[in-house]
Amino acid sequence: MNETETLKKQILKKIEETLSLDELENIRISTLGKKGSLTEMMKTLGQLPQEERKLIGQSLNSIKIEISEAIETKKKFLEEKELETKVAAESIDISLPIRPLQQGRIHPVSQVMEEMLTIFAQMGFELAEGPDIEDDFHCFEALNFPKDHPARQMQATFFMKNGDNLILRTHTSPVQIRIMEEKQPPIKIVAPGRVYRCDYDMTHTPMFHQIEGLVIDKETNMGHLKGVLMNFMRVFFEVDNVPIRFRPSFFPFTEPSAEVDIGCSRENGEFKIESGKGWMEILGCGMVHPNVIKNCGLDPNEYQGFAFGFGLDRFAMLKYGIPDLRSFFDADTRWIKHYGFLPLDIPSITSGLSLNGGQKR
Amino acid sequence: MKFSLSWLKNYLETTASPGEIAETLTAIGLEVEEIEDKATALQNFIVAEIKTVEKHPNADKLNLLTVWTGKETLQIVCGAPNCKVGMKSVLALPGTIIPKFNEVLQKGNIRGVESQGMLCAEDELCLGDDHSGIIELQTEATAGTLFINILKPDVVFDITVTPNRGDCFGVKGIARDLAAAGIGKFKNTDTSLVKGTFKSPISVHITTPDCPVFVGRYIKGVKNKESPDWLKQKLLSVGLRPISALVDITNYFNIGECRPLHVFDADKLSGDITVRSAKNGEKIKTLDDKEYTLSENMIVVADDKNAQSIAGIMGGIETAVSKETTNVFLEAAYFNPISIAKTGRALNAESDSRTRFERGVDAMATIQGNENATQMILDLCGGEVSDLIIAGKEPDTKRIIDFDFNLVKKLCGIELNKSDSITTLENLGFIVNGSMITVPSWRYHDVSKPNDIVEEIIRIIGYDKLPAFPMKSNDIIISTLTPMQKREFAVRRALANVGLCQAITWSFMDSSLACFFNTKKIMLQNPIASDLNEMRPSLVPNLLSATKRNLDRGETNIQLFEIGPEFFGVQPGQQRIVACALRAGVTHNRHWNDTVRFVDCYDAKSDALTALMASNAPMNVQTYPQAPSWYHPGQSGSFNLGKNVLAYFGEIHPKILKLFGIKVPVVACEVYLENIPISKPKTKTQKPLKISNLMPLSRDFAFIIDTKIQAAELVSSIYSVDKELIKEVRVFDLYEGENLPIGKKSLTVEVVIQPFQKTLTDNEIESLSRRIIACVHKNTGAELRS
Repeated sequence: MNETETLKKQILKKIEETLSLDELENIRISTLGKKGSLTEMMKTLGQLPQEERKLIGQSLNSIKIEISEAIETKKKFLEEKELETKVAAESIDISLPIRPLQQGRIHPVSQVMEEMLTIFAQMGFELAEGPDIEDDFHCFEALNFPKDHPARQMQATFFMKNGDNLILRTHTSPVQIRIMEEKQPPIKIVAPGRVYRCDYDMTHTPMFHQIEGLVIDKETNMGHLKGVLMNFMRVFFEVDNVPIRFRPSFFPFTEPSAEVDIGCSRENGEFKIESGKGWMEILGCGMVHPNVIKNCGLDPNEYQGFAFGFGLDRFAMLKYGIPDLRSFFDADTRWIKHYGFLPLDIPSITSGLSLNGGQKR
Repeated sequence: MKFSLSWLKNYLETTASPGEIAETLTAIGLEVEEIEDKATALQNFIVAEIKTVEKHPNADKLNLLTVWTGKETLQIVCGAPNCKVGMKSVLALPGTIIPKFNEVLQKGNIRGVESQGMLCAEDELCLGDDHSGIIELQTEATAGTLFINILKPDVVFDITVTPNRGDCFGVKGIARDLAAAGIGKFKNTDTSLVKGTFKSPISVHITTPDCPVFVGRYIKGVKNKESPDWLKQKLLSVGLRPISALVDITNYFNIGECRPLHVFDADKLSGDITVRSAKNGEKIKTLDDKEYTLSENMIVVADDKNAQSIAGIMGGIETAVSKETTNVFLEAAYFNPISIAKTGRALNAESDSRTRFERGVDAMATIQGNENATQMILDLCGGEVSDLIIAGKEPDTKRIIDFDFNLVKKLCGIELNKSDSITTLENLGFIVNGSMITVPSWRYHDVSKPNDIVEEIIRIIGYDKLPAFPMKSNDIIISTLTPMQKREFAVRRALANVGLCQAITWSFMDSSLACFFNTKKIMLQNPIASDLNEMRPSLVPNLLSATKRNLDRGETNIQLFEIGPEFFGVQPGQQRIVACALRAGVTHNRHWNDTVRFVDCYDAKSDALTALMASNAPMNVQTYPQAPSWYHPGQSGSFNLGKNVLAYFGEIHPKILKLFGIKVPVVACEVYLENIPISKPKTKTQKPLKISNLMPLSRDFAFIIDTKIQAAELVSSIYSVDKELIKEVRVFDLYEGENLPIGKKSLTVEVVIQPFQKTLTDNEIESLSRRIIACVHKNTGAELRS
């Protein structure tokens, strides 16, 4: 009896004292293993008289259970401790930079074009396109530019070498002609694209972008033109009140014609829409000239509508405070990364036109 | 077009302020660019009288003055040599802004003496260049009078006249518009006819259809002297230099009434005047001291010997008037605007006359124009006038338009009182007779259609009065983009999403570089620069130039793309839209935990695939080892659907890189968005997802195969063995070199097998493996590596 009690105490003490899992395992083997001390003692039970055997057997069994539990508890404790030590040794410098992340950009011209199309789509305008190389008919003649009239000199034209009367389009207005030739009214389109003028300085580049709008049906009038443009400005510049001024002007392909100014200020490169600080001319528009409608094979007594056109690059410069037009076409990656937009910054009406893509890295 | 307020008031009775006038001008379509208002800049300067002049105690060249301002006596230090007692000059008190310096004058201390103001020289007030001394006023005005009350400076307006408004190249036309807009009352200053006392010794013949009428007059016994101040002031105010009374009078009517005129020294003319076509190679020396060589499509005014003026553009020097001139021949004519425009452009000769004639002057004011000028010559230079000589006939440029007043509402959406519309038109010189409207002759070049009349009415009523209507909204449109446009949008976002920066480069380029990319030259006739003289045949060269610029700025890894047109012919439409992506140098900057490598063909292939996927290209595209000459022949390829090339990709050829001065590897792809067929799925419903509950298993196979055989062939052979079971084939090792026969490579693939019905037995797996090995061997000659 005493013998077993002593053994139990010894073993439990060992378990308590041990600091390693290996040693604990040795203790388990040397006590509960096939040749362990307790196992050996169990083996001797058979030689004892029945009464005694029962008593001693019971006590040995309970010792065995007690020791097993002690080992399990200690094992859990030691395992946890070991993991703690291991993890503690594994700390790293979390200030080191992340692996290179390639983040591309969308050019401001494309971004602003998408912003504009998003707005015009709300008003039901479809997207139309036309070629960069144009003939005289589509670029001038059909648009009611008389031959040799000073109005043709308003736009310095690039001429092609090997083509009769072929030019680079000086404006997106030829798309008006192509659409009216192709489609029966009602017509409601916008047409963005590259345009070319023989001009190069701080504010002029030989290539830039315009967007053209055209509506032809039986009743659209100048009031609609005004409504569309006022709405457009408000949404595009993301300002509730845009001061807008319509002034009479002249374009061969519209009559009546208008130029539109917005009220704004420009201080230290910052552009702000506000009234009372001066006007800036931003676009030309008007009711499509009856001669133009006729030149496209439609009856001007039956059909009417409006057209407008403006510089995409210029609107990008104004809205996003980009200083130099020439830098738009230089493909300087520093510039594109700075002024460009994130791939996920997709303009939408539900979430707003700009900055839905988060911050650039 | 510049004009002064006082000149305007010749034709307009008004009390409106310059600000009101400017605002109205802009509102009616005569946009004001600038108002030059000296009165505002000089409003604080006063007249002062010098009372004493003494030497400055500490400086030889300076004087110490006391001046009387009408209120007080001030001490002033002044260096001007012309100060003297009793002289009146212009004084600036401390606090006044001196126009020349645009700075506020401070109370000064000059060499130890206080100076309580400054007497000004002409240049300091921006009134001229004179800095030799202070302004000496010849005036009765007393000290303390405001200087501007003596100077009475004019306000000068500078407006943009649109090409249709020839009439507003005359102050008179501007005045008429302003009067119609309610700024005062229009004054007609036409003189009555001047009666001649003799028959002109010079007669006029016209032999060209480009001159319908020529009105001439001989005036003898004139005295050509300096013009009176009022005339000189008017010309000076708009930047014209007064020359002599006769010349100034012609300029006065040119600017004032848009009536170009010319005076010949009659004594220098030989015989009669003929308006004729120039002879080819005929030369003329003109008033601007230039010699022009003419051609036969130009018209000249000639005497019996030579051309004496380029008609409507510039007079000749040979018969120009001088101070000694006593007999003159005055010309008022009308020339065909197109002829003038062509001649002016061909000769590159600018003049105020040309500007007016080519935009169209009032053809029916030719006779009146001559009369008006004759009267002024008589008034200023004296003399005796001949009868009027009228060669040809004033063309009838009055036009009648049948006009429906409802058109205003129909076109502009504004309800106007008909009588208001009629009054507006009448104020502009139109004659309204029921629906018949007569357009005044001075608007002949501009107003020809009912729409033009609508514009006349609403521009005077005011565009600000136009209503703003919302567009009548249709049902919401499903998409406003065509499938091709959607594709361009998607590819743009997709390429940016894989780290590429979108560039927009010129549509033109240097033809000396383009020749390495084109099959046909598409040249510009008048390029802006010699290195931008050909339309780009590919997007690659401009992106290579951009790469070079970026490398030169110290960049080491460049990722660019552009989506735009390339040109393959000079005809409209001979262009195609291309998405071009380019990577140069290393993949990224050095990083502590990521190996840097140079870009290679597979980067370009990946970008091409990105664009194809974003374009919804079919999945069965083939790769071919073929690409245009600007790619590395062994490291480039194409994605095709049969013969239809969807994209090229690969390393740029080293010889091309050398051409552009680029020393790092560059890879690129060009994706032809229009070549990709547009898939039109019949339904938006996706195929049902088919998943197996059984575990997939994988087997590796190492093959020895000819180097020239593409891995893709081997892979597709494996797929073909069992389309049900073989889910994926992954190439995970490529080895060439030691231990392999020459001309052979080792390709190792992992084949993923996905059973659907039941778990495969070892035998079934074994049999599938044997079929794979056999099939690959049959199709590619590959052997399993032992």
